[in-house]
Amino acid sequence: MGSHVFRPLWVAIAVIILIFVVRYFMVPSDFGIQERGFTYGFHRKSDESEWAGIKAKYKGRDYCKSCHAEKYRSIMNSKHRIIQCENCHGPALNHPVNPPKLVIDRKRALCLRCHTYLPYPGSQRSRIEGIDPAKHNPGISCVECHNPHKPDLELAK
Amino acid sequence: MKNTDTRREFLKTALKSMVVSSMTIGSIFTFLSPEEARAAVKNVRWGFLVDTNKCVGCGLCVKACKLENDVPYSDPITRTWVERYVVLNNGRLLIDSPNGGRDGYTSEVTTTRLVQESNLSAVATKFTTSTAITNKITPDEIANAFFVPKLCNQCDKPPCVQVCPVGATYQMENGIVLVDRSWCIGCGYCIQACPYGARFFNPVLHTAEKCTFCYHRLVKKMQPACVEACPFGARKIGNLMDPSDPVRKIILSEKVGVLKPAYGTKPQAFYIGLGKNVR
Ligand code: HEC
Ligand code: HEC
Ligand code: HEC
Ligand code: HEC
Repeated sequence: MGSHVFRPLWVAIAVIILIFVVRYFMVPSDFGIQERGFTYGFHRKSDESEWAGIKAKYKGRDYCKSCHAEKYRSIMNSKHRIIQCENCHGPALNHPVNPPKLVIDRKRALCLRCHTYLPYPGSQRSRIEGIDPAKHNPGISCVECHNPHKPDLELAK
Repeated sequence: MKNTDTRREFLKTALKSMVVSSMTIGSIFTFLSPEEARAAVKNVRWGFLVDTNKCVGCGLCVKACKLENDVPYSDPITRTWVERYVVLNNGRLLIDSPNGGRDGYTSEVTTTRLVQESNLSAVATKFTTSTAITNKITPDEIANAFFVPKLCNQCDKPPCVQVCPVGATYQMENGIVLVDRSWCIGCGYCIQACPYGARFFNPVLHTAEKCTFCYHRLVKKMQPACVEACPFGARKIGNLMDPSDPVRKIILSEKVGVLKPAYGTKPQAFYIGLGKNVR
């Protein structure tokens, strides 16, 4: 056979070898078929531990308990005991080191998430004491009159 | 004459091959010690339980999820979202989810960029994505209204994983589907493949993005951010392999539904009180 057959064949073989060389350097060694088989488990194994290593930002209210004991006690004895501190104050991150203070959100929108009255008969929503934001002291921050950590109506100013 | 010969031959070879094959099969099966057998059985499979009866649409789960997982807060993308369904007396169905419900539902007016309006009597469905529809509804028009939190179903047969051309998205043994951010090329096939719309494009990292059931928290024995944030207990997570798990008990004993079962994806987020209009 003439060189017109072999020349392109050498090129093809060279390309295939190149692909294997590139693959050797590019593809991590732990890339392969894992527990869930080829269809669902073909991946780089170490990515799992990379995801697992991400730091949690929300810490839960037991974390706040030791330093803000008074706020904790107050809210746990109120109708707001079901609400986590970080829902209103944002994620703890590394507080009190960084950030040294958490957000204090005095906007009406925070309270209106739950307290805007919606006429939804089947929904649990209509069972929370609701107000009409346009009529209930518009323009004034809710926490001027209500204590978010102790929302008793007797204390409402 | 020759007939008996062949029958005898046949029975002989049959017996021989049976003995030989049973020996080889016997050597293929290895007997596991009890510890090995226990390790071979999957012992963690995360599943989610949403109680739509308890959801009030406060959106605190969406807020917590976005902040916990660094999803750009002001962009209209989110890993979990809350939809509002308003069923009117005349059979009309209004579905909306402004900003994924991030700021809660503070108005009875359904107004958002994505409204699905379907007239059930006329069997005509209309999707409107660009024009805002504003529906002012009076309370006596409403037959029923409820909220449906949604998130990745971590399907047992995840179509998003099958379509990935580079092996960047995968399912772990515990059922959670993850995206390898250093390997994803951002082609978007998986986003298209998900029938639940649970995936989106992360504009900062330029990779596909999805709910991970907060895997980074689960490994630290913490609850996912949305589960912890929900004041009403509408969202729960559990190990479906653990016989003592309360979530597993509810799924096994109560009437629960899944979203779009006809797609054959075997979703692992279960819903209590799933209305028949929910899709
Ligand atoms: C290790 C102790 C510690 C823990 C734990 C802690 N804090 Fe703090 N927090 C502080 C200190 C110290 C300050 C600063 C007080 C100051 O400067 O007036 C602060 C300030 C704050 C402020 C701002 C107060 C202000 O007057 O501006 C808020 C809100 C707050 N913390 C909420 C929380 C919440 C919510 C948690 C739980 C997720 C938490 N903290 C956990 C010590 C702590
Ligand atoms: C419903 C929302 C909400 C929840 C839940 C909540 N807070 Fe607050 N918190 C507020 C608001 C609003 C203010 C500002 C109050 C004001 O200006 O009078 C505040 C103020 C504070 C302050 C500083 C101001 C002060 O009065 O000393 C601290 C510290 C604080 N909260 C801690 C906590 C802790 C700890 C928890 C959980 C145990 C918690 N909060 C739960 C809404 C909330
Ligand atoms: C996560 C939802 C949620 C948020 C956010 C929220 N609340 Fe509430 N609030 C509740 C629930 C639930 C109750 C108790 C209703 C009941 O048991 O009848 C309640 C009760 C109250 C009450 C009535 C207490 C009583 O004695 O009847 C007041 C006042 C109140 N909240 C004010 C506020 C204010 C002010 C804010 C904003 C700082 C706020 N709430 C934010 C859920 C919420
Ligand atoms: C000017 C003071 C003031 C402001 C501002 C204010 N409230 Fe009130 N609120 C009251 C008083 C006083 C009551 C109790 C008397 C009553 O039932 O009307 C009350 C009652 C309530 C109740 C109980 C309603 C019921 O039917 O039992 C809720 C819930 C409530 N407020 C939430 C809010 C929220 C949310 C905001 C902010 C959007 C807010 N309030 C702002 C003074 C105020």
